[in-house]
Amino acid sequence: MAEETKFEPRIVAFLCNWCTYAGADLAGTGRNQYQANVRVIKLPCTGGIDPLFLIKAFERGADGILVSGCHPGDCHYNSGNYHARRRWNVFRPLLEFCGINPERIQFSWVSAAEGGKWVETINGVVDTVRALGPFEGYQKINAVGSDASGEAATSGDTG
Amino acid sequence: MSKKIGVFVCHCGTNISATVDVEKVAEETKKNNPRVAYTTTYKYMCSDPGQKLLRDKIKEEGLTGVVVAACSPKMHEHTFRNAAVKTGLNPYHVEISNIREQCSWVHPDIPTGTDKSIDLVRMMTEKTRKDKSLTAIKVPVTKRALVIGGGIAGIQAALDIADGGQEVVMVEREASIGGHMAQLSETFPTLDCSQCIMTPKMVEAAQHDNITMYTWSEIESITGYLGNFDVKIRKKARSVDLDLCTGCSSCWQVCPCKKIKSEFDMGIGNRTAIYIPFPQAIPSKPVIDRENCILFKDARKKNIKPNDSKVCRKCIDACPIAPVKAIDYNQEDEIVDVKIGAIIVATGFRELEDGLYGEYGGGKYEDVITGLQFERLASASGPTEGKIKRPSDGKEPEIVVFIQCVGSRDPAKGCSYCSKTCCMYTAKHTMLYKHKVHDGHAFVFYIDIRCAGKSYEEFSQRAIEEEGATYLRGRVSRVYKKGEKLIVLGADTLTGSVVEIEADMVVLASAMKAQDDAEQFAQKLSIQYDKDKFFSEMHPKLKPVESSSAGIFLAGTCQGPKDIPETVAQAGAAASKVLALLSSDELEREPVVARVDRQLPPVFSTCIGCFYCQKVCPYSAIESEDIKARDGSVIKTVARVNEGLCQGCGLCAATCRSKSVELEGFNDEQIYAEINALEFN
Ligand SMILES: Cc1cc2nc3c(=O)[nH]c(=O)nc-3n(C[C@H](O)[C@H](O)[C@H](O)COP(=O)(O)OP(=O)(O)OC[C@H]3O[C@@H](n4cnc5c(N)ncnc54)[C@H](O)[C@@H]3O)c2cc1C
Ligand code: SF4
Ligand code: SF4
Repeated sequence: MAEETKFEPRIVAFLCNWCTYAGADLAGTGRNQYQANVRVIKLPCTGGIDPLFLIKAFERGADGILVSGCHPGDCHYNSGNYHARRRWNVFRPLLEFCGINPERIQFSWVSAAEGGKWVETINGVVDTVRALGPFEGYQKINAVGSDASGEAATSGDTG
Repeated sequence: MSKKIGVFVCHCGTNISATVDVEKVAEETKKNNPRVAYTTTYKYMCSDPGQKLLRDKIKEEGLTGVVVAACSPKMHEHTFRNAAVKTGLNPYHVEISNIREQCSWVHPDIPTGTDKSIDLVRMMTEKTRKDKSLTAIKVPVTKRALVIGGGIAGIQAALDIADGGQEVVMVEREASIGGHMAQLSETFPTLDCSQCIMTPKMVEAAQHDNITMYTWSEIESITGYLGNFDVKIRKKARSVDLDLCTGCSSCWQVCPCKKIKSEFDMGIGNRTAIYIPFPQAIPSKPVIDRENCILFKDARKKNIKPNDSKVCRKCIDACPIAPVKAIDYNQEDEIVDVKIGAIIVATGFRELEDGLYGEYGGGKYEDVITGLQFERLASASGPTEGKIKRPSDGKEPEIVVFIQCVGSRDPAKGCSYCSKTCCMYTAKHTMLYKHKVHDGHAFVFYIDIRCAGKSYEEFSQRAIEEEGATYLRGRVSRVYKKGEKLIVLGADTLTGSVVEIEADMVVLASAMKAQDDAEQFAQKLSIQYDKDKFFSEMHPKLKPVESSSAGIFLAGTCQGPKDIPETVAQAGAAASKVLALLSSDELEREPVVARVDRQLPPVFSTCIGCFYCQKVCPYSAIESEDIKARDGSVIKTVARVNEGLCQGCGLCAATCRSKSVELEGFNDEQIYAEINALEFN
């Protein structure tokens, strides 16, 4: 296989400070290796994630997104992660409507103690998105504006 | 005014520089970002000269924002923010780019790690551009400590804190405090009787004015943060009213269920269904074992309230307390709420289950026992009153084989570590045995003898030289039964021969393991644990009693195998940390709080007064405020955040439809700046 055709997915991970960020730190302390495709953005709680952050990340070239926080019942803020879930339930159909394959956004729970689970999760997301291929939906949508062919907008995510 | 940002890339010795080309990170950062006024790399940014470098450059270069590319912000964000404060720069203009835990330690390939580091630094630089000056919030400290676990670790920590003048709440899940130390017979290296040194401490803890004790209780939930935890304690139904009961013993003497295996005696002695775990129990008041009590069994079968059952009722009839009996069959669990400033976790260990060693007959032959079972045999208050009798027929064993490292140092059985205490307690066991069975013979199979402690080597030598225990270096391959004897097949690697010993009893020095529920417990508290489920200290060398969560400390064997002296030392250290914390009236809290937009008239605020934010806020921190005209008439009603209550989760900001709420330190501008910086090299 030719070198240049090898697709490396670009993943953005929105992590809560208390659980998953600390879990990722633990993976580091344990020198547990994982795929380097992820860029982490830290927030106090996954409940504070505005869905538009995710859209923006796709616009900036992300092929996949991981949102990861505390286990249900363990949220540092009692119920933040639960709100994150609910918001996602509303947001998901919207994504599909926009032609973004919802598989490109993954949710997980990784506690501060689960360095190993962080490694599995991130490798899992990278592999899933690698199989889906690059995300081109946004470029296509942008392209609609310039050449009003309309085709791209309806074809949606090819992945 | 645009910011002048300085980027400091740390080598972390070689922790970062071995797999990340730090010079390249600095160069690329400078080259591609016009707002970066200064970049450098340094061997140890957190060191004194490193911090000085940071301070000097902030002043010399007139930096108004700083990114330190180094270890996790959880390690040194504080350090660098404090350094910046000394130059007059507001600390919230200092950010950490985590290129160690998230990069150098997890990506061994240098180009990959370097590229990712460049990305991470760029993202943080962009965030820093949008950082605003913030002022730390002062919060009052709740002057009360919680100690979870009432073994020697918990008792020592509680006493130290209480003697220091602070209140302590102690939670123990068993019916009595004491933990494993209460089970021991005599203790190495001095052979003083465990009960004799333990029970006075138990009594002292129970009677201390500053200690409130909850036994037969567990932690239901813990929320909040350093200085202000909200803890719910579940007082499990004991079926006995602790205030009324005098511990007279009438009830357990009449209880007809006498053949229940005693947990305290490790199953080699029996107890009743209403029982105190051991004679010196604190509190010395009983609990009903609802699983085994025939009255409760009847009630479950008939699906009636326990007190409506007519079966037995011997204990309640025997209870002399009047007019209200101290026994209450219908008692239910109770939840107690307490406010806590700091927490010590002292939940201890458990012994490896003997059934795991089938080849040694563990869990199969009655006369193959564990170390703790031997302690109970040798204990004056144990089921044999300290006489060494083998469980199967009560005969005094003439030959006893002790096997060390059972489970420990055996990755195949899931513990690769050394349990640290077994070499010493096996030597102790051989001595106790010889003291009681003068013409008996003790054999010990060992892999290595590790007795590194003050007077420890001398102690184990005494077992060999003075007490005449035969130490054989090698592993046992099998133990099987032949008539009344147990045949122990092993190797003596020093002579290269196979050894076969006809023993009367075999004692397994079983590994010290983390508690079964360690994982769930750690998650409840948001603390980290290691591969063996022992709780992790913040730093293995420099922060040995701090957990990964601020305000939560570790003491004793919940953190790893250790003996009593080490446990007590660690408990004292944890207690002193807690005392230091509770000695201040106020703590500074990160000013990560939400704010609702305010602006000049005629708009006043973009808030449309829908109060969706109020619905989602877990802390009821959103209030309403009337904006009034000069004549007092209300122009509009908008949301306002009470910063004393707000914990900074940002739920409100993500919920607000008019984008009127922002979370300080993580506002939309800052997050979008980070996202926009995702160029993905
Ligand atoms: C066979 C044997 C012999 C030993 N002999 C010696 C010796 O001679 N000298 C010596 O120095 N050391 C000896 N040790 C080691 C010694 O037993 C330990 O160092 C010591 O008991 C550790 O005390 P701890 O408080 O950390 O734990 P533990 O004694 O295990 O106490 C933990 C307590 O926490 C409670 N708990 C657990 N989970 C919870 C929860 N979730 N909520 C509330 N409470 C909870 C438990 O019920 C228990 O009471 C021996 C160990 C063994 C196995
Ligand atoms: S008989 Fe009553 S007072 Fe006496 S120990 Fe039992 S419950 Fe307590
Ligand atoms: S940030 Fe969280 S705690 Fe603070 S006001 Fe908003 S919802 Fe409430």
